[in-house]
Amino acid sequence: MAHTQDEVLAGLAELVKEETGIATESVQLDKSFTDDLDIDSISMMTIVVDAEEKFGVKIPDDQVQNLVTVKDAVDFIVGAQSE
Amino acid sequence: MTEKIVITGIGASSPLGGTARESWDALLRGESGAATLEHEWVAEYDLPVHFAAEAAVRPDTVLERPKAKRLDPSSQFAVVSAIEAWEDAGAPEVESERLGVDYATGIGGVWTLLDAWDTLRERGPRRVMPMTVPMLMPNAPSAAVSMHFEARAYARTVASACASSTESIVSAYEHLQAGLADVVIAGGSESAIHPITVASFSSMQALSRRNDDPATASRPYDVTRDGFVMGEGAAALVLEKESHARARGARIYAELAGGGITADSYHITAPEPEGLGASRAVHIALESAGADPSEVTHVNAHATSTPVGDVAEVRAMHRVFGERVNDIPVSATKAAHGHLLGGTGALEAVFTALAISERTAPPTINVTEQDPDAPLHISGTPIPLGDGQQLAISNSFGFGGHNAVIALRSV
Repeated sequence: MAHTQDEVLAGLAELVKEETGIATESVQLDKSFTDDLDIDSISMMTIVVDAEEKFGVKIPDDQVQNLVTVKDAVDFIVGAQSE
Repeated sequence: MTEKIVITGIGASSPLGGTARESWDALLRGESGAATLEHEWVAEYDLPVHFAAEAAVRPDTVLERPKAKRLDPSSQFAVVSAIEAWEDAGAPEVESERLGVDYATGIGGVWTLLDAWDTLRERGPRRVMPMTVPMLMPNAPSAAVSMHFEARAYARTVASACASSTESIVSAYEHLQAGLADVVIAGGSESAIHPITVASFSSMQALSRRNDDPATASRPYDVTRDGFVMGEGAAALVLEKESHARARGARIYAELAGGGITADSYHITAPEPEGLGASRAVHIALESAGADPSEVTHVNAHATSTPVGDVAEVRAMHRVFGERVNDIPVSATKAAHGHLLGGTGALEAVFTALAISERTAPPTINVTEQDPDAPLHISGTPIPLGDGQQLAISNSFGFGGHNAVIALRSV
């Protein structure tokens, strides 16, 4: 069953917290993973792979660089669910 | 004249306690850190040895989770022990470019490596963590300590099996003597109580099989000793140029007076039986300390509780000290904390520093019938070292024929 945008955001925030310790409330749609949340490329890959498993989607490596903001990631996951 | 190097901070996370002081107090009380392993894998793989000396406190319960998650347990232990040593030293003010790290491991991130292998086989390459290689590499503990303290003078990793962290201390001594740093955090770490290592050490008949009584299994110099007990944890020392320490009014545990390393070039696992390489390492350590063997008042022996190794070390000591070897208070502390492999030398260096600063040689527990081939001055209770000048050595020997010895002097 597909997750809503809010559910994906909440789930993604949990994964970010698990990997980096950043509080879930800091993970908001307009935040940049690198500039605002200070997440490095290694943590980003870990979060991506965790998100693939959590939401049952594939996020190709060449798409990861396009996931600049949290909204980019949430939108990609929501869209990928329907494919 | 070269400048004196002093020990101003100590830290440890060992089978005897979560800190250096807790470990030391348990050691003096004659406690053992060995116990039956509660892991399912012991029965799952039908391992012949069911016990070990695991660390008293898991390091991931001390470090913040995001930090711990990026570190193999061996690096977690390293950071925990280094933080304690640094705080114990009073967090000395030192330029980043003058602060070094010399941190050893014997095996490295074996848990990370083998967990990743399981993940690859069971779940595919996508699930192998990107941090796998930087977590398993042997320099990971040294790098983690360097990054935690912004230590930029250097960050070195010595890997010489069970001699590793004593050799790290020698390396740090040489680096400080060369004027390339003012302060160095030196130590060693190991977290390798894994089915693979237990199986391997068991296969080579190196481990005690005293499954029914783990606490008495490590018994250096006892006639019934049957192998070592695997230990786990880390220890660290803050080493500092004396002028730097004096200028900031630091407490000084002892002088790191000298160090020596040699190689046996004899056999990959067995010590050279006459102790030629080991005795040369002691001589080099004492010469660099400007000391004569007659001045030595305490020995922290390598003494792992193996039938061959303990006696080879006695022969080496006899070469250095002659008949006087049997009068020097000797401590074989692995009887209590087991063998921390790459971390063991640093833990024993911490105990040696405390022994001469508190003038108390720690006990050697579990000896019920002392081997006549090892007629050393050991005791099941602490031995007072007296009020005079103390000069102690701590020995470590590793697979590969590595011999490392440090000399500590009272201040």
